[in-house]
Amino acid sequence: MSSLLGARVQRVEDDRLIRGHGAYLDDLGAGALAAAFVRSPHAHARITDIDVSAAVDVPGLVAIYTYADLTGRLTEPLPLLIPHPSLTHGRTPYPLANGEVNHVGEAVAMVIAADRYVAEDAADLVDVSYEPLPAVVGIEAARAATQLVHEDVPGNLAANETQEHGDAAAAIAAAPHVLELDLEIERSASTPLEGRGVLADWDDQAARLRMWTSTQTSTGVRAAVAAKLRLDLSQVDVITPDVGGGFGVKIVHPWPEEVLIPWAARLLGRPVKFTEDRREHFISSAHERGQLHHVTVGYDDDGRILGLNVRFWHDNGAYVPYGIIVPIVTSTQLLGPYKPPAYRVEFDSLYTNTVLVTPYRGAGRPHACFVMERTMDAIAAERGLDRALVRERNFIQPDEMPYDQGLIFQDGRPLIYDSGDYPGLLRKVKDLIGWDAFPAAQAAAAAEGRRIGIGLACYVEGTGVGPYEGAHVVVETSGKVKVATGLTTQGQGHQTVLAQITADELGVPLHDVEVVTGDTRRFGYAVGTFASRTAVMSGSAVALAARKAKDKALRVAADALEVAAADLEITDGVVQVKGDPDSGIGLGTVAVLSNPLRYAFDAAAAAATQFAGGTDMDKPPVAPDDEPGIEGRAYFSPVRSTFASGVHAAIVETDRQTAEVTILRYCVVHDCGTLINPRIVEGQIHGGVAQGVGGALYERMAYDETGQLLNASFMDFLMPYASEVPRRLEIDHLETPSPLNPLGIKGAGEAGVIPGAAVLAAAIEDAEGIQIRSMPISPSDLFELRGASGASGGP
Amino acid sequence: MSAHDGANGAELHEVRLTVNGAARTALVPARRLLSDCIRHDLRLTGTHVGCEHGVCGACTILLDGAPVRSCLLLAVSADGADITTVEGLAEPDGSLSPVQQAFAECHGLQCGYCTPGFLTTITAGLRETPDPDEEQARDMIGGNLCRCTGYQNILAAVRRAAEITRERAAGPEGRS
Repeated sequence: MSSLLGARVQRVEDDRLIRGHGAYLDDLGAGALAAAFVRSPHAHARITDIDVSAAVDVPGLVAIYTYADLTGRLTEPLPLLIPHPSLTHGRTPYPLANGEVNHVGEAVAMVIAADRYVAEDAADLVDVSYEPLPAVVGIEAARAATQLVHEDVPGNLAANETQEHGDAAAAIAAAPHVLELDLEIERSASTPLEGRGVLADWDDQAARLRMWTSTQTSTGVRAAVAAKLRLDLSQVDVITPDVGGGFGVKIVHPWPEEVLIPWAARLLGRPVKFTEDRREHFISSAHERGQLHHVTVGYDDDGRILGLNVRFWHDNGAYVPYGIIVPIVTSTQLLGPYKPPAYRVEFDSLYTNTVLVTPYRGAGRPHACFVMERTMDAIAAERGLDRALVRERNFIQPDEMPYDQGLIFQDGRPLIYDSGDYPGLLRKVKDLIGWDAFPAAQAAAAAEGRRIGIGLACYVEGTGVGPYEGAHVVVETSGKVKVATGLTTQGQGHQTVLAQITADELGVPLHDVEVVTGDTRRFGYAVGTFASRTAVMSGSAVALAARKAKDKALRVAADALEVAAADLEITDGVVQVKGDPDSGIGLGTVAVLSNPLRYAFDAAAAAATQFAGGTDMDKPPVAPDDEPGIEGRAYFSPVRSTFASGVHAAIVETDRQTAEVTILRYCVVHDCGTLINPRIVEGQIHGGVAQGVGGALYERMAYDETGQLLNASFMDFLMPYASEVPRRLEIDHLETPSPLNPLGIKGAGEAGVIPGAAVLAAAIEDAEGIQIRSMPISPSDLFELRGASGASGGP
Repeated sequence: MSAHDGANGAELHEVRLTVNGAARTALVPARRLLSDCIRHDLRLTGTHVGCEHGVCGACTILLDGAPVRSCLLLAVSADGADITTVEGLAEPDGSLSPVQQAFAECHGLQCGYCTPGFLTTITAGLRETPDPDEEQARDMIGGNLCRCTGYQNILAAVRRAAEITRERAAGPEGRS
């Protein structure tokens, strides 16, 4: 019945962007003063002196600020956004270091100058004296706690959290078979091509701050800045320009620069801009993924899990401004599509003298999937069973939905899966990759001296977390429809998919719909873009708002046409009696009719006069319960998250001599409920898989023992180029609509990345016959594993 | 010509360029990167800077027809050069170039930040290799980083751009 929902329409965003007419943060604010930061070269040190005397002589310098210069609430530590009862020792940084630095890259002084070149000149001349302290680097060092990151945090322990359903220890003790595994995932990072950036302009006459920031939440930044600068919310506008990728790192707020730049702009009475450079992004933004896990699993002869106990250690870096969301997600999403009757999980979240850790696409799920899927493979290997069969035996079945995992999820609500068909996903991926025929292919390759292996990995992903998003839809007298939602966009095609939903609900052409995101002037209440939530949350809100606008349009048109609203429909932007195209009024004309103030400024107003009926002089022009205009405003707030799912399967070849891993095939079967735009969903999967491959084979943050990040550049941090991604991705969909929102949508943004490390570890293990317990795995790592396991390294 | 009124009083040098067909002049300090000159002096902000060390390719422009990384050149060293940036890729009548059109058709971009560098790189690449096979297409974009797309649709766009170029050369009746 709907024409645009599910259509592979081209993106409405693209024309501007491919002509070079995008407006990213650093494209704005021509002539603004520029900020550069003096950042700590030490991982852990006390600041004994800051001497700016040489710097102040630099021509073009405007100001230098250190902690001592900060005023008001800027002297306090930055907020801890998401407190948690288990987070007993939450520590956050000051906007500028207050006597101590806890990671290389921490901001110590802010320099404002005529341009960035000059600001960097002056920053270089700021002489900071440090008294170095021992650095805590890596999970083992943090756990050993012979040195402390924060003096007042014993054991470097920010948080300890346990969840359990059933009695895991008893179930494992009673199980016929028990396995123990140690599993590790190393650090990577979001690494968007555009770093962070902030531009602020204070209007002294109006006493208003306007700021632009490359963020995943403009409303969050607005609230933070208003609080920090002691302004009313209504004095602060935050606008998200085009954003060159986020992947999680830009959901953190406020970054030190997001409060310092507006503070300085107000103080100086000049616009001020900060544009992060690439090295700064590596050492001053955020990383993710570093975790160690110890698994104890008890199971029966058929490979059915009876009890699962997971103990893990999370490296949260120097500070926890975003709380402990990442390990909480790992601990709850670890179960995937499976239903162990007893599960216990306990984690320690530990401080280290490294860049802070906040969600990166997948946010704890890639590690969770790696742990669970490696466990499944280990059980299958020990039992001598087919790996797909073991998974099938442990699946939650479709008729068991909704399924309560007996845990509390990241949103503080019960972890209840709403819907899904995991056996269906597995069947599809087995067919797609040819699972059952693979042993023959493997034997044939072996006969040629080639090592190939196959693996698969399943995941379930909580998406569309609350608490809410809203949307506003207004029909202009031109017939154009303007939509606003508060969350922000970093390239996911929100303008297109939200326009598709609007056009579909309202019955207007797609090109008549214009969507604005992330501008607090247009929509003030919003949460942000993370956790694959835009399609679910804002998509639902837009649908509800469009329905309200439609109801109003039908009511106004029904009055004008003197028919019942129920007999009307909207087709191609025209309200008409159902099945009678000659009876129509354009939506723009309806918008004119909805407003009793009718200056004939345009053709729609002139056209509307023919519909102007008799006026009841005993009633006000706008009824007490009515409003002028054709508008709808609605919020969507689901009872809990909806759960997308999928299975990836891959075939790899490992080089007998160089130990290089080549991905021969990569298959994805994916269920994100109702597909709004398959082209865009596939694009999300493509990008996610590339990041998954990067995390599995190439990307790691190489810290030395003193806390120096040795590969803080694109030369040394190996993000995949086109030559590193699978030649072709084979994608199939399953659509199990969510019962929790009006369109049946589940999120799709993070799905592609989640099983990357798990599926490639499985395939490499199958090719090599060597247990893979740590990812990423480089050719050198694999070569060394071969040596350690006594496997042959060469022909 | 030179002057002493840079942001920090440094000597300024006049750089004459032809940018997207138009004569442009900028007064820049000797150390000004060509990427910054294009973006901030000439205000052509379509050229993006992703790494400032020549690895990501986002700042790629065509310098006398050849793709170069504008973050690795000093503006003064480009004096006299003919430069094409992403803003200059569209056809004279304002319609999209084959590469631009292919990116739109193939969903070859997401956030769009790396896109200008891909568009310029591929525009030059297709002049040398008008009918690339899959491997040649991969080689053509092998030095540019994209964090959003996983390259699948960019590779499709390279080959589609070649097709569009041929269709346009064949005239209206040759278009599909």
